Amino acid sequence: MESLTNRKKVVEQKPMTFAERMYLPAIFQGLTITLKHFFKKKATIQYPDVKREFSVNFRGIHSLKRDDEGRERCTACGLCALSCPAEAITMVAAERKPGEEGLYREEKYAATYEINMLRCIFCGFCEEACPKEAIYLDGDIPPASFDRENFVYGKDKLVEPIHKK
Amino acid sequence: MESALIIEKFILITVVLVVSLVVAMYMTLVERKFAGFFQDRLGPNRAGPFGILQPLADGVKLFTKEEILPANANKLLFIMGPSLAMFTATISSAVIPWGRDLVFGDKVISLQVTDINVGLLYIFGVVSLGVYGMMIGGWASNNKYSLMGTIRAASQSISYEIAMGMAIIALLMVTGTLSMRGIVDGQASTLYGLKGTEGLGWNVFYQPVAFLIYLICMFAECNRTPFDLPECESELVAGYHTEHSSMKLGFYLFAEYINMFVSSAVISALFFGGYNFPGQEALVNAGVASNVITILGLLAFFLKIGFFLFFFVWVRWTIPRFRYDQLMRLGWNMLVPLAIANIGITGIVMYLTGHIN
Repeated sequence: MESLTNRKKVVEQKPMTFAERMYLPAIFQGLTITLKHFFKKKATIQYPDVKREFSVNFRGIHSLKRDDEGRERCTACGLCALSCPAEAITMVAAERKPGEEGLYREEKYAATYEINMLRCIFCGFCEEACPKEAIYLDGDIPPASFDRENFVYGKDKLVEPIHKK
Repeated sequence: MESALIIEKFILITVVLVVSLVVAMYMTLVERKFAGFFQDRLGPNRAGPFGILQPLADGVKLFTKEEILPANANKLLFIMGPSLAMFTATISSAVIPWGRDLVFGDKVISLQVTDINVGLLYIFGVVSLGVYGMMIGGWASNNKYSLMGTIRAASQSISYEIAMGMAIIALLMVTGTLSMRGIVDGQASTLYGLKGTEGLGWNVFYQPVAFLIYLICMFAECNRTPFDLPECESELVAGYHTEHSSMKLGFYLFAEYINMFVSSAVISALFFGGYNFPGQEALVNAGVASNVITILGLLAFFLKIGFFLFFFVWVRWTIPRFRYDQLMRLGWNMLVPLAIANIGITGIVMYLTGHIN
């Protein structure tokens, strides 16, 4: 039958020669290959002692940024929660009281801000959606835990510490 | 004098036993470490520097694990299986000549537990007994996987012992003795009478086919890859030791490593000149003390054993497991006829060269 694509290749199956049927040359060949690997440089990175560098666009744990004066940038607009495909972000907005100008940059801020790390898929959409440049996925890998509650990260874990100048 | 001999032999037996146990212990580490190297990994390296405390950790783990006796197992035979495997593995090292005699004044200390004139037959006998350990343990655990593994172990051992024995017959035609020391000493001569090859007259150069058959059968006898069907984990859980736990399992695994050590020693003695090494004649002529040469010979022997132990691991991570029918075909259809042909050809060559008439 005419082949449709003309890309068919007939595999030729020759009967094995005596040397091939003895298998010893093949075994010897295999042994040399494994011996080469024996002396090769090992690919292992000894993880807890040595950590491999993340790529530049690696997305890890989120951090809520502060501005130059140490005020939280987040205004609880909810765009990150809206853009989140995994619905991992929840927040409660609150109004800034007089006297809190040093803590929050604008009149509205996030009283609670929680990310469920078990839901989060680390897509980085929250980072892209944020109009205030308040959230970045620039952290490490979320550590393991025995309890599910420990994976809901609140502001205590997310907001970056005040930079010392 | 009698009691001195008993003490001397007792010390020698203890040393041999301890050495084979320590070698077996560290073979478990070497195996895992080298497995890592062959796969571009590092292997265990957490317990102590380079992981040298790993065998101790494994031992502690095995000793402290829960002992499980299956409810419907035959209790006596279930415990006897691993004990027998361990027993047969350790006693086969009795006839291996580890080195020449050490001489202190008029006191001569033989570095061989006993030089019986049927040493090779003794090793064969003990090695074939080894399969009873697996058979009894596997049968007594009342588990179908164990039984399958047992059947495989028994049939494999019996099949390959025949080819092994046949290969050895050709070797015996050349050496003319069954004594292990006699065989090793016979290899101290020159290779094909060439000058400057003293100590290199190894049987592997006279009987390469017998060596090859013996090597393959050795792997089968030790249940090592590519012949590890009795315990192949992808089909039979763990084969004959599926139901064994704690140190009973440890004994089975340990016996396998001791068997590897002893097999390496036997093949080094039979085919690679044992404690003979090239250049020993020159050392004797140069007036080096005989004890020094003995120690060097011992080192050479252990170097050869080390190579074969490495070879065991090397092959394990190179060749995949045989299928059961392939195993039987290789044993009966290839190795046995090849060994018989080897015997015939050896006889003809010896007749033509005037070694026998």
